[in-house]
This record gives sequence, C-alpha cells and structure tokens, in this order.
Amino acid sequence: MTLKRERLTDLQAGANFVPRHIGPRDQDISLMLDSVGCSSLDDLVDKVIPSDIRMDGALNLPEALSERNTLSDLRRTAGRNQMFTSMIGMGYYGCVTPKVVLRRLLESPGWYTAYTPYQAEVSQGRLEALMNYQQMVSDLTGLDIANASLLDEGTAVAEAISMARRVSKSKSEKAFLDSDTHPQTIAVVETRAEAFGIELVIGDPKTDLVPADVFCAIMSYPGSSGTVENYSDVTASLKSAGAISIFATDLLALALLKSPGEMGADIAVGSSQRFGVPMGYGGPHAAFFATREEYKRSIPGRIIGVSIDASGKSAYRMALQTREQHIRRDKATSNICTAQVLLAVIAGMYAVYHGPEGIRRIARRAHRYAQICAHEISRLGYEVNTASFFDTITVHVPGRAYAILAKAREKRINLRLVDGDHLGISTDQTTRRSEVERLLSCFDGKAMKGRTLDQVDQEVSECIPEDLVRTSEFMTHPVFQLYHSETELLRYLRKLQVKDIALDRSMIPLGSCTMKLNGTTEMIPITWPEFANMHPFAPLEQAQGYQQLFEDFEEMLCEITGFDAVSLQPNAGSQGEYSGLLAIRAWHRDNGDADRNICLIPTSAHGTNPASAVMAGMKVVAVKCDEEGNVDVEDLLTKAVEHKDSLAALMITYPSTHGVFESAIRKICDIIHENGGQVYLDGANLNALVGIVQPGKIGADVCHMNLHKTFCIPHGGGGPGIGPIGVGAHLAKFLPDHSVVTGVNPAAAGQKTIGQVSAAPWGSASILPISWAYIAMMGSAGLKKATQVAILNANYIASRLRDHFPVLYSGPGGYVAHECILDMRNLKENLGITVEDVAKRLVDYGYHAPTMSFPVVETMMVEPTESESKQEIDQFCDAMISIAREINEIRNGEASPDNNLLSNAPHTQELLMNDWERPYSKQRAYFPLSYVEADKYWPPVARIDNVYGDRNLVCACPPMEEYMEAAE
Amino acid sequence: MTIKYTEDHEWVNVEGDVATFGITDHAQEQLGELVFVELPEVGSQLSKGGEAAVVESVKAASDVYAPVSGEVLETNAALDSEPTKVNEDPENSGWLIKVKLSDPGELEGMLDSDAYSKLIS
Repeated sequence: MTLKRERLTDLQAGANFVPRHIGPRDQDISLMLDSVGCSSLDDLVDKVIPSDIRMDGALNLPEALSERNTLSDLRRTAGRNQMFTSMIGMGYYGCVTPKVVLRRLLESPGWYTAYTPYQAEVSQGRLEALMNYQQMVSDLTGLDIANASLLDEGTAVAEAISMARRVSKSKSEKAFLDSDTHPQTIAVVETRAEAFGIELVIGDPKTDLVPADVFCAIMSYPGSSGTVENYSDVTASLKSAGAISIFATDLLALALLKSPGEMGADIAVGSSQRFGVPMGYGGPHAAFFATREEYKRSIPGRIIGVSIDASGKSAYRMALQTREQHIRRDKATSNICTAQVLLAVIAGMYAVYHGPEGIRRIARRAHRYAQICAHEISRLGYEVNTASFFDTITVHVPGRAYAILAKAREKRINLRLVDGDHLGISTDQTTRRSEVERLLSCFDGKAMKGRTLDQVDQEVSECIPEDLVRTSEFMTHPVFQLYHSETELLRYLRKLQVKDIALDRSMIPLGSCTMKLNGTTEMIPITWPEFANMHPFAPLEQAQGYQQLFEDFEEMLCEITGFDAVSLQPNAGSQGEYSGLLAIRAWHRDNGDADRNICLIPTSAHGTNPASAVMAGMKVVAVKCDEEGNVDVEDLLTKAVEHKDSLAALMITYPSTHGVFESAIRKICDIIHENGGQVYLDGANLNALVGIVQPGKIGADVCHMNLHKTFCIPHGGGGPGIGPIGVGAHLAKFLPDHSVVTGVNPAAAGQKTIGQVSAAPWGSASILPISWAYIAMMGSAGLKKATQVAILNANYIASRLRDHFPVLYSGPGGYVAHECILDMRNLKENLGITVEDVAKRLVDYGYHAPTMSFPVVETMMVEPTESESKQEIDQFCDAMISIAREINEIRNGEASPDNNLLSNAPHTQELLMNDWERPYSKQRAYFPLSYVEADKYWPPVARIDNVYGDRNLVCACPPMEEYMEAAE
Repeated sequence: MTIKYTEDHEWVNVEGDVATFGITDHAQEQLGELVFVELPEVGSQLSKGGEAAVVESVKAASDVYAPVSGEVLETNAALDSEPTKVNEDPENSGWLIKVKLSDPGELEGMLDSDAYSKLIS
C-alpha cells in the first residue's frame, strides 16, 4: 500500500471542533439515516420541518475557529478588560475562590454538567452540598428555613415581596422599600411592582414607614451606604400591624452583626456571591432566601429537604415541588424555575472550608480595613457619613468626589461615585494593606507619611454598637468543622460528586432540557481573572473586552434567530419570558393600547408560560390542543377574534412541547397579528431550529434563548441558566436597561424602557464566553449539522424503541423533532407500573431517567441531543428494551406484580449485606446487561419516599450522628 | 339535607345555615396521597367560586374553591397532622371547612350524587 503524501497545508488545517461536539461519526450517521428511512441529513430535515418556515441559504456567521484559535481570540478579548481593585461594593465584592473548590468543583464536569436534582436517588451528592448551603444561610440569617437559591439579589427581594403579599394579614397593596437599598435592587423591584400592581413607597424605615399602611417593608442591613441600624422596633411595629419584615442583607456582615432573625425579620434575602464566587461582571451568583418556619410552604424556588428511602435510611430530595409554577400555572406566585445551584454549592463549600471561625476572621479583617479607612479619612478632615458600618463607608468630600475618583483610578482602584460630594468605599476578603495605603493617598498625598497601618489599627475603635454585635453561634453543625484541610475538602468533594450521575458518566436524555456537551474549551475562559474578577459597575472603558464580547455575541444571536436586537440581561428562561412579555406590554401601551392584556397560551405549554404572563400583568386564556398535541387552530382563531380588542400576545413553544414541528405555525402567527397581538416564541426547543429556521422570520416578535440548553452553558446541577431575548426592531427600544450603568439598551435612546429585570446590567456576563465559543467553533455549517443530528438522534431512538413503548406524538411521516415521547400510560392502567418505576430501574442500568410526566403524565420524554454518539444511544436503547422485557415478564405472570425488578429499583449495595430474598437474581438486579459490569453506578440510596419528605418537611442538615458515621 | 356536588369536585352538605364542604373521593384519587392542607382562618369570608383552601400532594398543589359563600366557622384541625384523612374518608372525617351560609340560593343548580357520578364517569 502506498501512502499518498499530503501537502503541509492539508496537515495544517486547524483541529475542527464540530466532530468533537457532535457524537455520531459520519459512518454512524449513514447507518442511523438508513434506519429512519432517510437518504441524507437534508432529506431528514425535508421530511421533518415544514418547508415554508425553513430559511434560504446558510447563517451568515464567521468561519468556524479551531479550539486553539478560539482560546487565543478570547485571550485577546479578555486582555481588553482591565483588572482594577474594586472598592465599589454595592452588592459585589472581591473574594477568593479556594483553589481546591475552583479546580475540583467550579471547573469539574462532574459538578457542572449535572442536571437539576429531580431524580433524587442519583443526585445525593449535590443535594447534600445544597443542604450545607441552606444550613449556612439559615444559621447566618437566624431564620428557620432557607431555599436552595434564587437568581440574584434584586429578584430575591422581588420574590420576597410577592411572598409577603401572599402570607401577610394586611390588606394593603403597598410595599415599603428602604431608600438605602442597592439601586439595582430598587430598579428590579420597581419593574416587578409595576406589573403586579403593587405600590412602592421608598424612604427611611426609621422615619417614613407607617406599618399600618403596608403589607411588607424591606430594610437593607447593612444599607447600600454601609450604615447598619437596629430595626428591632420597626419589625415589632410591622408585626403588630400584620405586615411582613424583609431584610436585604449580607452573609459576611452577619458573621459580626446581630442576625435578622433575632431582630424580628420574617424573611432575609441577599447575595451569597462573596462566599467564594467571582464577581464575573455581574453574575452568575446565588441569591439566598430564608424565612420563618410558619411560612415554609410559601417559600419561592427550590428547597432541599430530608426524607427516607425504601430501607428507612435518611436521604435528600427536592421538597415541595408542587409549589412550582409548572403545576400551578397561572395561579403560581412566582415563575422561578432555575436556581443557581453551582454557585450555591460553591458558597456552601466556602463555608464548609472556612468554618465559622474562618468566616468570622474574614469578616473581621474586611471590617478592620474599613474602620482603618474611616479613621484615617476623618483624620484627614473629611466627614464619614456612616457612623456604624461593616465593610462599607460613605465619605463626604465636598466638590472633590470626581477628583478623588480619578486619582484612585490612576492607582487602579475603583470607588463608588455616589454624587459630586460623596464617595463609597468597600473593603472585602481580597483587600490588601498596600491597597488601603494607595487609597488613602488619593485623599491626601501625605496621608500615611510617618504613619503605619499598624499604628492606625491601634487607634481604631469599634463602630458597631453593642446591641448590634452578633452573640449567637452559627455554623455549629459538624459539616462546618470536618473539612478545613485541603486534603479533607478534596476528598469530601469527590465523595459527593461520585454519588451523582452527570454527563461525565452517561447520557442524560432529559426531554426539553437539552443536555448536550459543555465543551472544555468553552468552559476554560470563565475563570480567567479578566472575566471572573470584574465588578459589574466598573467603568465601561475598563470593560472593553466584555463590551466587545457582548456586541459580537448579540450579533451572532440576531443572525441565528433572525431578530434585530437582543437583551442579555434576563438570567433564566423564565426571566426571558417575563421580560419579553413586558416589552410586548410596553409596545401596546406606546401604541395607545393600554387595555391589551390577554395572553393566549396553548394547554400544552410549559407551566412557566402562564406564570410569566401573570407576572407581566396579563390575563391567561387557554387555547386547546388537538389529539396530535398541536394547537387547535380553530379554537385559536375563535379566541383571538373574541379578544381582538384586548389581545396582547400568544405564547407558543416551537417545535411544540410535544416535540413536533407544527405545520400551521405561520398561520398561527398571522392570526395573532391580524387580531392585534404579538407572538412570543418560547425558545426552549431552539436546539431543533438553529441553522434551519429563524424564529424572527416566521412570525415571532420575541423569543428567548436558553443559553444553558441550545448554547452549551452547563446546567450546573440546577443553574445557572441564562435567557436572553431577541426581538423585532419595533420592540428593541423597550428592552431592559440599567439603573447604574448607562447604555445597556442603546435602542432606547434615553427613553423609558421596561426597566430592569435582573440586578446586573448584562445578566450573568461571565459565562457568556461559553456560548460565544460554541458558536465561534461550530460556524454556520457546524450549527446546522448539530441541529440535524439532534433531530436524527431523536428519530433514531424513536425508531428503536417504538415497538417497545409507543411514541406518543409525531408529525407527518411519523417523524418527531429533536425529542420523542414514550407512552407508558397503559403500563400504569394495566400493570400498576409507573413511569417512576421505569425511571428508577434505569438507575440500575447507570442512566439518569428522561423527563417524566411532561408534557403528558405517565410518559417519558427523551432528548438525546447531537452530542451523544450512536454507541451511547444504542446502549441507552438496549437498557430501555431490557426494561421492556422485564415489564413483559410481569405482564406474562412470570414476575410478581408488586415485587419485581422495577418496583424495587434502584438496587443499592446495602441490600447485598442482607440475605437475598428477592424473586430474581442479584445478577439481574445489579448487572442486567453486560456493559453495566464495566462501570457500575451504585446508587447511594434506595427509592426515596416523596410523601414522607413533603409531609415531614426538614430542610436542615441531618443531626450530628449521621455525619459522624459518615466521617468514620 | 342531601349532599350536593360541584363541577370542580367539591361536595357540600348543608344543615340549617351551616355548610360543610370538602373535596370528593374522585378528587382525592386524582391528587394522590395528600401531604398538606392549607385552610383559611376562622372568621374570614369566602365567596362562591373563590379560593378557599389548598390541597397538596407530591404530584400537585390544587386550589379548592368555595362552593358557597359565607363566613368560616370552623376548619378541620385534624388535617394539620393527618392530611391523609382526606384520602381515607373525604366526605366525612376528611371535611375541610364549615361556613355560615350567606345565600342558600347558591345551592341551586349544583349537582346531585347521580349527576356528579355521571360527570366523572
């Protein structure tokens, strides 16, 4: 055989990322196409996607970059961000991510590729980590119960107000908000309150609050200015008026300050960013939310609780899931789905690693530096406005604020500019002596002449009044004592991680969730200091790298979706929905149609849709679906015409939540437009459209893009998510802007927009490089191929499993879109086998179950994504077919109906310790197929009792003994 | 007085001017085992068709609508610790709320046992 000698240029062709991202090899693709009866990927698309919505030609995107060139491009971009010391404060503080946490958690696929812990048996590791986080929050706030995090501090305050309105005894529609609250929080709350019909009263809680007039009051503790006040009297009078006391607070400050709980707070919220999570130019960070026991069933978001498993052993699970909007729909009090799990886990581990003494020390150091600054600055003749403070001071510098600010920038320090006469200074975990000296020299060139910081330190006296000094213990649970050495934490993180099934173990075929590859090259830049350590309110000229990235990325998204403008601010899909509907509402108002408030939503929609519509001040009218799961166009027409004077919008998911490309989509959009409404396209299934259909060109006016689905941001075990929205040109000027940073929405040109929907100007900025890199490396052809292969993989699964489980919905020719629904309803009716039994049995085969009972109860929705190879998909199908055989044995009477491989699943190691009393072999229980033997996943707990967990709600770390046992 | 039913799967039993109501056997079956029941405060006013209580299972949290209007006289305190009473005996010891009936006319047009059975069959 003679080898053809390649030219150097052939050998030089950059490493192509596309076949790294896409699972099936080209020869596999041919085989799979054969089995679904198509001749090529284009032929498949012809058969699946209606021709009248497909785009002509290809996406106009830059040529695909290699992985290496992508990183060097991003290096250059990052290099345009200037690393200044931030003393801005305002809710974002420098902190140190412990390196062991950085490498073993934040940068570890075992943690970041996991999904929301719905399947508790395969999620015990991160559930425990979240429980630590909840315990830490509950301890520091002095409240009984904390949730597993919310999106950001602004949203958390808004959620607290919504909850207060529900639980308060007051009939008032007014909420009081401390004027000394971070301005970005005030802005987020204003947007919410306006749509909800809540009147906000903003003022000083000590002087302006009339408890009888409000259903809740928010006190900032410490205030945005840095001041700490004792609000015990305020909470007492609110309580007697039947109103709810909400504290917006800071976890590190609470290590030194009397806790909100001890001061009478009903709810405490804030950001846990400074517990080891980089500022990241605004996010993502985990906001915390804690409340009293009596309100536990009204708490928004996700909560981790303790239950027991089938053997009576204690086990973690997500509690009170029925409170979620997907079940309560337009009755929901919140549309929050996503938490910020990865970031909450980091914050929890930061607490575990430092322990209470370590946290106190970090707090005392930041406090001491702030005191030193205050002492010296007042010695230099300036008035310090904040008499009692933790880490932030406000200084009165008559007429000199800009000059001092400029001087500080020369010394690479950013301060908060309050106004021409006032500056804010915040210290934090990263503050250094040299930085304090540099800062002081900005006030007076000779400030430290002949003095040392140690001398100043001697002169400083405590400024926190005695009645505000924390005396209660916190983080006394052993988990906060056991892992203070790096070796111990390293092993603890590993111990937890291996309990979970994440994408580093096997395919997670969750329908609607798009668990595709989170490429390593995409992930690498997010922890670079130039991206990670920027304060969101740093001057724009220091953030040119980020600004360039946003501009580039927005352009890419506009091209992909066919829209004219994009807002990156919404930090979850639900927030995208809410923002998009607010923009539609603003547009109607601008047209003089203030009464347009009806939102049509098909009954097949995800429950977040109606919840978002209600939050945006709209009324939901349901539209029927036909037996095929498609929107009933007749019913849609009837309702659109019936409400033609008040129609605001239609929310529609495309392809549908049933995984079908409805052929009537254009007609549906036309009907809505003809009757004065706007079309909101829920982009949850955008992964089936990219490169083939542009939502903006088929009649949609707004669409959100779940970057954590289609564009590779990892699910992080239940967050972060990002939900930017794309809009048509007519809606661009209404997109979110920002209260602190100007120019966030250039199209607004200074006019009033919908305001702010997230605390940070560009949402979760630090993870945008992930999606940027994905698009850059895939290019137009790669993105299109990804979509095609996603559709092929789903159809291949449908073809392999159809004979074993009926495929519920499909379009013309029997094809599905990028996911398929396996119908198991007959199993429940005839054999008493539930979809849950099948899900738990999959655990024995080493798989995370597909989406259960959505959008149809007792079905499984399977979405393989393009990243799964044929061999992995075949293995998953083999497992499903094997389970179908096990079901057949029950049907035939060969296996017991209530003591079988499914009903007892998952099978734990512990069972092996006892006498084997099952009517089937151990081999079948544990190693049902040969591939399992090679890499057996051992579930750490047996089937978890959901009823027990919801009835006996315990959301704190289990008692000491269980930890001691584990530690031994 | 016989028991009447609503299309929203509530039953109501009126004795004098006191109406006792709860959810039907069919409703509890659909919900599955209950984990929590949220009841209104005694003395509060319910209006027909408005939210009266919330019943929660691990599958769903559902609002229970007041079948009649009136002031809440008593709620079933036993459900606090034993929400499954609603599953076990929905139309007797699993009752939810007693109200002082403000408009007996509201009972007209409600379903009788046969009509309700037809509805759910």
